[in-house]
Amino acid sequence: MAEKISRRRLIGGIGAATALGVAGAGPLAALALPEEKAAPAAKSGPSRQWAMVIDLRKCEGCVTTEKAPQCVEACNAEHFVPKGQEWIQVFEVEGESGHKHFFPRLCMQCENAPCTKVCPVGATYHNDEGVVLVNHDRCIGCRMCMAACPYGVRRFNWGEPENPAGAALANYSPEFPVPHRKGTVEKCMLCAHRARDGKLPACAAGCPMFALYFGDLNEDIATNGKEVVQLRRFLDENQAYRLKEELGTRPRVWYIPGHGQEYGHTVDLDKEPKTPRSWQEQGSTLNNPHPRSEGSGTK
Amino acid sequence: MNADASWQQFEDRVLAPVTTTSRTWLLLVVALLVLTAGGFVAYGVQVYRGLAATGMGDTVIWGVYISNFVFFSGVSMAGTFISAILRLTGAEWRRPLTRFSELTTVAALSMCAIMPAVDMGRPDRLWHLIVYGRLESPLVWDIMVIPTYLTASLIYLYLFLIPDAAYLRDRIGDQVSKPRRKLYSFLAMGWQGLPEQHRKIQVAGTVMMFMIIPIGVATHSVVSWIFGMTYRSGWNSTIFAPYFAVGALYSGTAMLITLMYIFRRVYHLEEYLTARHFRYLATLLVAFGVLYLYFTFAEYLTVTYKLQGGDDKLLDELFVGRYAALVWIGFVGGQVLPIVLAALPWTRTIPILFAVSILVNVGMWIKRFMIVVPSLSLPLMPYGWGVYTPTWVEILITIASFAGFALIIAIFVKLFPIISISEMEEGWDHRETPPTAAARVQPPQVQPEPQLGGATS
Repeated sequence: MAEKISRRRLIGGIGAATALGVAGAGPLAALALPEEKAAPAAKSGPSRQWAMVIDLRKCEGCVTTEKAPQCVEACNAEHFVPKGQEWIQVFEVEGESGHKHFFPRLCMQCENAPCTKVCPVGATYHNDEGVVLVNHDRCIGCRMCMAACPYGVRRFNWGEPENPAGAALANYSPEFPVPHRKGTVEKCMLCAHRARDGKLPACAAGCPMFALYFGDLNEDIATNGKEVVQLRRFLDENQAYRLKEELGTRPRVWYIPGHGQEYGHTVDLDKEPKTPRSWQEQGSTLNNPHPRSEGSGTK
Repeated sequence: MNADASWQQFEDRVLAPVTTTSRTWLLLVVALLVLTAGGFVAYGVQVYRGLAATGMGDTVIWGVYISNFVFFSGVSMAGTFISAILRLTGAEWRRPLTRFSELTTVAALSMCAIMPAVDMGRPDRLWHLIVYGRLESPLVWDIMVIPTYLTASLIYLYLFLIPDAAYLRDRIGDQVSKPRRKLYSFLAMGWQGLPEQHRKIQVAGTVMMFMIIPIGVATHSVVSWIFGMTYRSGWNSTIFAPYFAVGALYSGTAMLITLMYIFRRVYHLEEYLTARHFRYLATLLVAFGVLYLYFTFAEYLTVTYKLQGGDDKLLDELFVGRYAALVWIGFVGGQVLPIVLAALPWTRTIPILFAVSILVNVGMWIKRFMIVVPSLSLPLMPYGWGVYTPTWVEILITIASFAGFALIIAIFVKLFPIISISEMEEGWDHRETPPTAAARVQPPQVQPEPQLGGATS
């Protein structure tokens, strides 16, 4: 099984380090099971409860790599995200002491999600694995969820969104919403389709600094593709926090503070962060180190 | 002096717009139709290009459509609400006001109901609201309450219109076209003015009065909760429901004064819509205005005191930043100045009250816009402020919504008397015998509103 992952990862181009890391991830091995084999296990055991940890100590906004934030570009390429509607964004934040740090923000997958509560038609909802999805066949485009989201993660297709060639034939699912639809709300869905295939979310897999950890709260484990951590202990030992905790939304995304924040140091000189390229600008998906697997993407 | 003569004069005045078609009215209706058509064209463009045809974006997700929605819901409130309260308390001076008050509610609510649909990204999926509607969503509360209020207001307007429809059928049935005669005859539902019929209308009317008031309050509460159920600065407030309801009464009362002035001027109703009516409505306006000021004060004091989350940034932009000009124009011009002018005896003249009523509604539109847009512009994450400028599509649709509001009123006044004839007749002061012309419509022995007692004349 580990062999299989290794092969995929190698092809994917992330490198041997990843392969070794994942090979060591015994409990995560189930991730690698093809969907049909994993299904019975999921029924008898506890379901997955996906979570994400963003280690701000590691994130440097990709300025040190002379590239635009790779998590954003990987996400753009993975989902053909419409131009200017990034599902994950990396903000440069200047602290009160003048230090700058970078801050990636994706959908918080809140347990007490304000967006799912206000949806008039139940188009946005939690799946069994705690991921907030949008059913674009049902969304009426009222944008009430966008008003309700305290993190500003939701995006709206104001006009006719550009879709990749052949997208019309794509196998649409709320987990992989291609083709994009006019007049509906979109957002990050924590790459639910990739988790099904045993892969890290595109952003986590695309991060050259391994700053993004993806894991399962039930199994209490997470990985960034290089190392495997015991999730709750990792959060606890590193003073992890959640964004706007005081609102009580109970996000499934944690941040580990440190690098470049108030008591840290300013990231790399005076380099300016670069603007991430849209999927069109990135050209052929050959450049994407993590091609979609069969069946989860466009056909 | 002579009851018959004065009643005859009243009849002539209120029937004139119904029986004769003036050129001004025709021109007005044509102009309103053109403006409404402009809105349809703009909407066509919006459907074709998507909401990208508007100035809204991923930060400022709502704009003038939602502002108009709140505005029209506000204008709609006072009409039936005041009519119902005045009827319930047996206030005699209500008689010439009830008809156009109820009409205002119906016209404004029709426009209010259209606005969220215009704002939808997928109007083709409107039916999803019925099939998949979830009771947990504040938007669904609106979808339920607004049509309820509209239906209730229509029934309420219609109930007290039945005797008038019969009156028109009998009185001018032979002067009007056949479809109109049929319409009057249909709407009259065989009204003969029998005591039993009077009693039924009274009972149904009383039930509607008691229903209309909570439904009206509910409408403005659920409108406010579209905002109040979110975490956004400026919206995250527990007093939003009463705040909106009072604001609605304030702006709705102002709209009644505006329309009363126009009808009075255009149809020469000076003897029936008197200075007393203006004074009374001005008193109500001041009362609602002061209450609204109090809510405004309570809302902003608590927020300013705590400066929670992004509140400091929002308040900066509102009171000294880029929205400051509009905010202060809206506050001083729409709240402080009108209240002072309407309260002081020497400025409480009819023309000044007309100006005041316009000021109030301009101010209240600005206020609604300032509730919707700045809170959305405030960045939730470390990105820049959202920018919103309405496009020509939104402006045309907004103009069309106001034209539609006026059009409903214009068509109604062509079909029905703007002052309720039957209601005026019931309270035709101390004149001992009702005029002969009306005698066959309504027997004089019937006591109006018997079960309510109290202040009837």
